[in-house]
Amino acid sequence: MTTDRTSEGTREESLSFFKDRFGVDEKSLEATLETALERRVDYADAYFEYTTQDSVSLEEGIVKDGSRHLDQGVGVRAQSGERQGYAHSDEISIDSAQIAAGTARAISDQNGGSQAIALGGERAQRNLYPVEESPTDTPVETKVALLDQIDRYARALDPCVKQVMASVITQHRRILVASSDGRLSADIQPLVRLNIQVIAADGDKREVGYEGMGGRYPIDRLMEPSNWKRMVDEAVRVAKLNLNSIPCPAGSMNVVLGPGWPGILLHEAIGHGLEGDFNRKKTSAFSDKLGQRVASEGVTVVDDGTLPERRGSINIDDEGTPSRQNVLIENGILVGYLHDRLNAGLMGMEPTGNGRRESYAHMPLPRMTNTFMLAGQDDPEEILKSVDRGLYAVSFGGGQVDITSGKFVFSASEAYLIEDGQVGAPVKGATLIGNGPDVLTRVSRIGNDLELDRGVGTCGKDGQGVPVGVGLPTVRIDDLIVGGTEG
Amino acid sequence: MSSPQNASDHELVARAIEGARKAGASQADAVLVRSDSQEVKVRNEEIEHVKRANERCLGIRALVAQEAGLSSAVTSTCDLDPEAIDRMAQETVALARATAADPHAGLPEDGFAEDIPDLELMKASDRNVSVEARIEDARRAESAAREVDPRINNSEGSEAASDFSEIIYHNSRGFQGGYSSAYHSLFSQPLASDGENKQRDYWMTVSRQIAGLEDPAAVGRKAAERAIRRLGGRSVPTCEVPVIFDSLTAPSLLGQLAGCLSGYSIYRESSFLAGCMGQSIASSAVTVIDDGRLPGGLGSKPFDGEGLPTRRNVLVDDGRLESWLLDSYSGRKLGLPSTGNASRGAGSGPGVGTTNLWIEAGQGTLDEIIADTEKGLLVTELIGMGFNPITGDYSRGASGLWIEAGQITHPVEEITIAGNFRDMLLGIDAVGSELVWRSRSAAPPLRVGQMTVAGQ
Repeated sequence: MTTDRTSEGTREESLSFFKDRFGVDEKSLEATLETALERRVDYADAYFEYTTQDSVSLEEGIVKDGSRHLDQGVGVRAQSGERQGYAHSDEISIDSAQIAAGTARAISDQNGGSQAIALGGERAQRNLYPVEESPTDTPVETKVALLDQIDRYARALDPCVKQVMASVITQHRRILVASSDGRLSADIQPLVRLNIQVIAADGDKREVGYEGMGGRYPIDRLMEPSNWKRMVDEAVRVAKLNLNSIPCPAGSMNVVLGPGWPGILLHEAIGHGLEGDFNRKKTSAFSDKLGQRVASEGVTVVDDGTLPERRGSINIDDEGTPSRQNVLIENGILVGYLHDRLNAGLMGMEPTGNGRRESYAHMPLPRMTNTFMLAGQDDPEEILKSVDRGLYAVSFGGGQVDITSGKFVFSASEAYLIEDGQVGAPVKGATLIGNGPDVLTRVSRIGNDLELDRGVGTCGKDGQGVPVGVGLPTVRIDDLIVGGTEG
Repeated sequence: MSSPQNASDHELVARAIEGARKAGASQADAVLVRSDSQEVKVRNEEIEHVKRANERCLGIRALVAQEAGLSSAVTSTCDLDPEAIDRMAQETVALARATAADPHAGLPEDGFAEDIPDLELMKASDRNVSVEARIEDARRAESAAREVDPRINNSEGSEAASDFSEIIYHNSRGFQGGYSSAYHSLFSQPLASDGENKQRDYWMTVSRQIAGLEDPAAVGRKAAERAIRRLGGRSVPTCEVPVIFDSLTAPSLLGQLAGCLSGYSIYRESSFLAGCMGQSIASSAVTVIDDGRLPGGLGSKPFDGEGLPTRRNVLVDDGRLESWLLDSYSGRKLGLPSTGNASRGAGSGPGVGTTNLWIEAGQGTLDEIIADTEKGLLVTELIGMGFNPITGDYSRGASGLWIEAGQITHPVEEITIAGNFRDMLLGIDAVGSELVWRSRSAAPPLRVGQMTVAGQ
């Protein structure tokens, strides 16, 4: 493994990996793309991937499972107007890429004549995740030892801890993208993650607490006791809290969202509706709203793929476009969409570095990276004090949005009643619902405490999962509907 | 395209097991999944995409004898070069040596499937289905949707897919089996628009045979009708009312129930149903069956992920809990035999999965159940993940139709429905007569006597 961890080094390392191991060089890539262009198509690209993923997991006090997965393949795309042809194979070779190119171009029945392509380099600007050693090279024994320590620590922490489940997942992904506009891009993307789940019991009552962390950084970060002990403390605290939580009242109320992970509100309610495909097709609740007010003054929301080491960050997207910071909402006004090449081109806009795919077996789609709201001026304590009666939601399990109607829902995993400006009893089963284009217009206070999540988000769209990040300062949202069991 | 008896595929699987044994595994199994698929999407008049794929993936599990039991590991690879398989088999064993011994780990002792019945999981001639034919299916769904109403003026598209797969599974106790299956689908998702208000809905048809698919035009029309009736949806004041789940939303309850019946949730005590065997956990109108051998069933397979024969299991009989869903590992943990519910993909070890899972049909059509409801909610779509299997707490986003005096009055959205799953199951007071398979799980319309609907 080389140690040149500049961005150019990462690109070169990935390029030579595919060349040395599979004979995929510039000349044969050019020939593959030329095959696709023998029909009249606007654009073609070839995407090669070689990914190793390892995981080790513990339950009932022992590490029961270890796994290693090798995923490799090539996908070739041809695009003509709004049409896309896509073919993929799990064999990495120029022969299989050629066959895929022949299949993908079938979306066009017109002859394109012969075109010559000259692939060149694009000097990347930076490496957002300069990890010296692939996390999948860390010996499995090291990971097993970490999980054993976590189990012992959790059980010693509190007698109510009945079950501990923990896992370490590491991924090393090499990609190469060659496109008919002459760009040849490549990247190496490391990813690590630690999950801890505990079940706590008190008499007949049982509850679960979860905490995770991860990102594109060395696995050593997960091994630091200050990190994993904090995670165990959190998981146990939440499980015990839920043992004593009361049913959530239902109805409209003022809601304060805590900083960090509650940013999934932005992801669900806003971000998806701003993805270029839905807006090009005008199927989003945000279609044709560019330049209009969609949030209160002071609300600025960005999607930023360039944050070092973040789970949602990427040097380049899966079409070879460098990631960047994109402002979606600026001081309450909708100013931008998230684009891949296809939808940007059809809308006469620029690709924004958001063309992502789960793997070579999937076509790129406009996807988020790290989506968050910039900090405001308010003191978080003051925000809580401003609410007479409401809900303080600190953490969430997950959420979903109906892109077209804009309706969203997400479920709190840690929430409290607010009474007379004070944080009161913990509640369970709180679900927030609302309307995407409307919810941010109800933001009345924005805290000065922006936090990003701990690196556990995976976003699903059209059956494709990609790692993402979210972030939020403490915010107050007025008159949000809270679903619960107490009428 | 190879047949399931493709000698070289069987040889690759056998090679993986042999490689693991040579490297020191005392037991091993391997599964090869081969798939050949095509997918087309048409939106409005235009083809949006055409996608083709060929994939093969091999999963290997090695179990190594230790003093306290067997330790295990799983690997998978789509590099099927014989030498790559040998390396992977060795890595699997090395990884297994690093995990802890588990006295309950291991292959099933015996009882492997002896016959591999033809469950009509594919029709050979369907292999010739052309991309053009499936594009035509999607086009017909799109145009039929548009013809329903001028307010159907946009679309997220109609998608037609055909997937052929072959599964070969061997283990070191001598089981060797394989089968082919197909999965054809058509999914249509039109948009209805009425000035400011914009709504989407969908309908779908799925079958093991092309000939078993519903008429594409009928799929498009049904999807369009569902989208149109959502226009003008509004929230309702928070209240407690009966909630009816239609045949698209009722199966989600079944999926949640199955998760709570999995042997893994039971031995971990992470299910609210742990300890409830033999008790009444649902209303007496509810009988739940899992049967892996329905001819042409979307969840049918002749043997499970460990080579055991699939079978019919009555999980809930007239409301009484009769069986967990078990593979051999979770069965051993609970002192019970496997129920033939091991599921296994190339990328993971065995786990518990359902096959064809359904709630037995009862009396009355959906319309009759609605007519019998004084005031309530018909749920046609659910979003979000608000279900806690350990406590049964349930709270999800919903949209649907409001019912007054047995009549549908207006569409409803931006609400949640909430309750405890235990109370919901016990509170089912109507089970409809319409049972249609659109996935591996099916349920007739169900009415839950009372839930909290939270709205404005």
